[in-house]
Amino acid sequence: MTENAAGWFESVRPDDPDAAREAIENGSAESPEDWPAQAVESGFAEDESDYYGKLHEATLHAAREAVQERERADDQQLVHAVRAMDDADRTANELAERLAEWAGSVYGESGGGVDYAREVAGREPAGPVEERVVSLARQVVSLADEREELRAFVERSADAAAPNLAAMAGPVLAARLIALAGGLEQLAKKPSGTVQVLGAEDALFAHLRGNAPSPKHGVIYTHDYVRNTRPDERGSASRALAGKLVIAARVDHYSGERKPELDEELDERIERIRSRGDDD
Amino acid sequence: MTELPGGVERRRVDGDEGLATRGEPVYGEPYDGEWRRWDPHRSKVGAMIESGLETGVAEGDGVLYLGAANGTTASHVADFAGPVYAVEFAPRPMREFVGVAEGRANLFPLLKDARKPETYAHVVEANLDCIVQDVATTGQARVANLNRRFLADDGRLLLALKARSEDVTREPETVFQESLETLREEYEVLDTARLNPYHGDHFAAVATPRSE
Repeated sequence: MTENAAGWFESVRPDDPDAAREAIENGSAESPEDWPAQAVESGFAEDESDYYGKLHEATLHAAREAVQERERADDQQLVHAVRAMDDADRTANELAERLAEWAGSVYGESGGGVDYAREVAGREPAGPVEERVVSLARQVVSLADEREELRAFVERSADAAAPNLAAMAGPVLAARLIALAGGLEQLAKKPSGTVQVLGAEDALFAHLRGNAPSPKHGVIYTHDYVRNTRPDERGSASRALAGKLVIAARVDHYSGERKPELDEELDERIERIRSRGDDD
Repeated sequence: MTELPGGVERRRVDGDEGLATRGEPVYGEPYDGEWRRWDPHRSKVGAMIESGLETGVAEGDGVLYLGAANGTTASHVADFAGPVYAVEFAPRPMREFVGVAEGRANLFPLLKDARKPETYAHVVEANLDCIVQDVATTGQARVANLNRRFLADDGRLLLALKARSEDVTREPETVFQESLETLREEYEVLDTARLNPYHGDHFAAVATPRSE
């Protein structure tokens, strides 16, 4: 009963909006009480109407700040993060190759990749050449670590910025689609045929010039529902997937509410496509 | 026609007659002087009143509003009710809602999850007259049961039920009956209605806490 008796205003000074926000956001109680009367009794408010005035200010401030914070993990930050992740990945691999060549000549070994860089980075350098090689190896390791940090950040913020799209596509593919479209709003406004080939622009323009067949998929190829569907049904699968992804992006952009039924509809659709050839 | 709550009137606004409340317009709805149109197509509570449900809501009531979205209906309720605590989970609609609440001293926005009443029971007062619930999540009746703790013994629950949120593949009527079963664990159901033609596949129920 004792821990249950505390309203949000307990130990909040009436002139401290941030303390009030903290109390509203993180406080809890098992059951409600007559908070207005308790607030007057404890001296937090002069009377009931004064209490409601203070509650109005406090809840507005708390909601405003919390919304801003949640939206700072917004789509544009996500776009920067996923591009930085790809850059860090590419650069780490390039430097790892260079390092493998150089370190191989110094230590007489034939390692490669980030794992080899980790090994070299742990060594004690002897002489100026090894100093450079070990230092370069450490840069590779640190870039690879940064890429992993960025990936973790992308996963968290894709969930916040586009919960339905992230659930359906996986957070990293969701972030790539948003980045390719230029933002969540832009993605939400694209027709699904465009989303289907996002990331396959080279192939699409070759097709439009008349030199190639039309591409069946862009980056959505990395999705399990495309990649692990039989080649002759992949076009159908990627069309179905793109259609649902656009709906998910629209729900995320216009309402922000999570709608698990979207995933189920896609699951059923893919199930039907995959079982189609089975009776032949 | 059932009796309207005090502060809600049927008035001719902008040529058409319909429900109206007194307050600052918020979403581009037609208004005439201080009266603004309450469009039942955009509001489940408006649709409940238009469907002839005896809502039991009265002027000056203390209200907990679950699923306030961008505050369209909550703003109308706040026009005639007393303190209105409005819970919304998603940040995007909440941003618009904050703008609506700024002009209404008795409207308190809470960015909270209606499935976790313990995270706002330290703010929302006890013995409220009315809970309005319009959340699009599975287990809508369970959410209502969890929030019973805020309601006075003679308080009313106005529940809007979206069948598609429970199960897209089954008959809306079956889903609705099942939800009512769950609801009866904590409430006595007083009246029900379909919200057609205002909201397809939506049902509404008016209920009051069961006495032990």
